[in-house]
Amino acid sequence: MIEQRPTEDRGRQSAALDEARLRQQAIGVRLRQMFDEVVNEPVPDEFLDILRRADEQASETKQTPEKS
Amino acid sequence: MGTAQPRSVATSDDEAFKKELVQLIPHLRAFARTLCGDAAAADDLAQDAMLKAWDARNSFQMGTNMKAWTFMILRNQFYSEKRRSWRQSQLDQEAAERTLVAVDDPEAPVALDELRQGLAMLPPEQREALILVGAGGFAYEEAAEICGCAVGTVKSRVSRARRALHAILNEGAYDRDGAAASEAMKSILADAERLSTVR
Repeated sequence: MIEQRPTEDRGRQSAALDEARLRQQAIGVRLRQMFDEVVNEPVPDEFLDILRRADEQASETKQTPEKS
Repeated sequence: MGTAQPRSVATSDDEAFKKELVQLIPHLRAFARTLCGDAAAADDLAQDAMLKAWDARNSFQMGTNMKAWTFMILRNQFYSEKRRSWRQSQLDQEAAERTLVAVDDPEAPVALDELRQGLAMLPPEQREALILVGAGGFAYEEAAEICGCAVGTVKSRVSRARRALHAILNEGAYDRDGAAASEAMKSILADAERLSTVR
């Protein structure tokens, strides 16, 4: 900001900017918290079961000789 | 890892892939939750994406960003399902209001609930951009890859989303039981302050 303004006006403006930045930061923190809350939940067994089954299938098909 | 190996179906590759995939499950669940709202539907989506990723493991290049890759799979899955369903946005919003939080923690700050509602009000493409960058820890470039759009598009979506969310929380574009929505912003600020002092 190079334009000339009365000081108190500039002060008010930058205070408002700081305020807005603070609020955005606060929302950012919340957003991450919301996301991490799910990330930190224990993974339901179902997921690993499904993956294990898929893996078993994969290794079964691998037993039979195949070209790839 | 496995430098000079042919990209065949070597079991060790599968093992490495699986290990990495398992570590991503919590993140896939979290991303799915932000897309679906409903926790059960989100887990279905995350499971589908996980299986799709597993099935496509031979097309994945180990050493590249698996998180971004799986998120892309999940997102594509979500939108292809969504195309088949009707009035999803309506459901999204209702589900978001109803279920997004299954918070057992009585200490959990109210503001989280309000943030979720605010998010639910954003256009989906803004919401996902904001979540990927603001919560998922992706760079703009990665988010652009996941969403299949230009980096500049992601940047502008994120900044519009931020502004909109701020306005919603601050000015009370949403109203629940008539409470002044600026209260939501106040409590978000208070929580953020508390959180940042803990860190």
